[in-house]
Amino acid sequence: MIFTIAWRELKSLFLSPLAWSVLAALQAILALMFLGRVELLQQFQGQLLAMENAPGTTEIVVPELFGNAAVILLLIVPLLTMRLVSEERRNRTLPLLFSAPISMTEIVLGKYLGVLLFLLLVVALIALMPLSLLAGGTLDFGLLGSALLGLALALAGFAAIGLFMSTLTQYPAVAAIGGFGLLLLFWILDASGQGDARANVLAYLSIFNHYQPFLRGVFDTGDAVYYGLLVAAFLGLSIRRLDADRLGG
Amino acid sequence: MAGTVLAEVQNLSRYYGSLRAVNDVSFTVHQGEILGFLGPNGAGKTTTMQILSGNLAPSSGRVRIGDHDLLAEPKAAKRALGYLPEQPPLYRDLTVDEYLDYCAALHRIARGRRREAREAAKAKCGLTDTGRRLIGNLSKGYQQRVGIAQAIIHLPPLVILDEPTIGLDPIQIREIRALIRELGKDHAVILSTHILPEVQATCDRVQIISKGNLVLSDTIDGLARHLKSAALLVAFRQTPAIEEIERLPGVRSAAVQEDGRLRVQHDPGLDPTEHIVRVATERNWGLKEIAPERASLEQIFVELTTTEPAAPEPGNA
Repeated sequence: MIFTIAWRELKSLFLSPLAWSVLAALQAILALMFLGRVELLQQFQGQLLAMENAPGTTEIVVPELFGNAAVILLLIVPLLTMRLVSEERRNRTLPLLFSAPISMTEIVLGKYLGVLLFLLLVVALIALMPLSLLAGGTLDFGLLGSALLGLALALAGFAAIGLFMSTLTQYPAVAAIGGFGLLLLFWILDASGQGDARANVLAYLSIFNHYQPFLRGVFDTGDAVYYGLLVAAFLGLSIRRLDADRLGG
Repeated sequence: MAGTVLAEVQNLSRYYGSLRAVNDVSFTVHQGEILGFLGPNGAGKTTTMQILSGNLAPSSGRVRIGDHDLLAEPKAAKRALGYLPEQPPLYRDLTVDEYLDYCAALHRIARGRRREAREAAKAKCGLTDTGRRLIGNLSKGYQQRVGIAQAIIHLPPLVILDEPTIGLDPIQIREIRALIRELGKDHAVILSTHILPEVQATCDRVQIISKGNLVLSDTIDGLARHLKSAALLVAFRQTPAIEEIERLPGVRSAAVQEDGRLRVQHDPGLDPTEHIVRVATERNWGLKEIAPERASLEQIFVELTTTEPAAPEPGNA
């Protein structure tokens, strides 16, 4: 049942030009950044060869690329999640889901999974860029894998926040702006912690502080749990918000 | 008509803040029955339909669909019902087939049987040729049919239709009403409307709701009795003196209306139609038209909601 809704969400994303334009724009921007890094690598290849303990190809290309990808996706994910519930509410199609034998949890998980599948496709497309370097060399698969995992987890968090904002309103634009605002807030919370997740509570809450270690190739269970909690919290809030539709009025 | 009970509503109330939309409503729906839910706008019809379909939680009271309590076992109860809200829940960017397949999946119809269910629902609703068209491009009447198809695709014992003919043209209304009567053969149907003739044309039983209270629950024949007021509307080519009419047996009073017709009030059960016709021919008044006066829905509401059923004032019929 969850997959039925997820599949429908995924298909409806591709029915509108939105998904296609997002994929195209994202790929174009990241490809430019990627090529910039590769060019840099070429320029300094001689010096790198002379250095002792020189950073590898992956180390030069991947953290920069994935760091930028997360920032750009922070802007884009709210656009993908804004329609999830708000549009159904505005078009008054929610009764179809509410009167079908499906629980609120299944509705929310289905919609979340639909967006998540799309975002995993985005991650796969981004992964293709560093993988193309295999044509002329080798990669540090540990670092690449850690960065991919980090990006996927961060996107899972973004999507949950975006979904929640979409359950709050019937205007997709409001959901997008709200989602963007909330994500940005979560991103810059570390202003006082200066990149250290353990500095204080606000710094701990920052999405950014839990994303950085993945880009250095460090997999900390604590960071993974942070994203798990973030997703669970916002999905729980979404379920409660939809339930309130039924109870309130 | 007295088949198994498909829906049972007990002491249902619903508040919006301090506004009482539905107040202590109880009724049952039996298999093979079309129940008309009649009321003016804002009477609580839609609220009741939303509660019955699980879209709204009641403030108090119980709803049982089939053998399951809607609040305690929502999934099992919702399996047994199909719901068409006031505005059909359609995805305009899907084709009719895609949409109905999705609905079938939501209602847990096994993958192998979805096509069959979809085709059956389309055949019932007259959508056989529109399967590949986008819902957004269909006319309002066809969109309404898709909405009904969505509500019956899983062959639920109970179908709830909230104002299904609103915004349709007269031909489409006729077709939808015929479709609802057709549905009534296999499913129990709850039909909400504010149009009195619609209930008379389609329903077996009628319930009238006014300001959240159930004020009448009766068969369609019982409603007809309420509708017949003790008055006749008569038109003559040469209007006779009122005294001549008032002398006829059974006639209480007569008055000329603005449109030239005579409004003749008579004793209940003593219909003077035959006398009027006979006398009119004898004295060559040129009788053009004679018909019992039908009370309007508003008058029934007035009659049912005021403690003393007063006769309608002459002149405003």
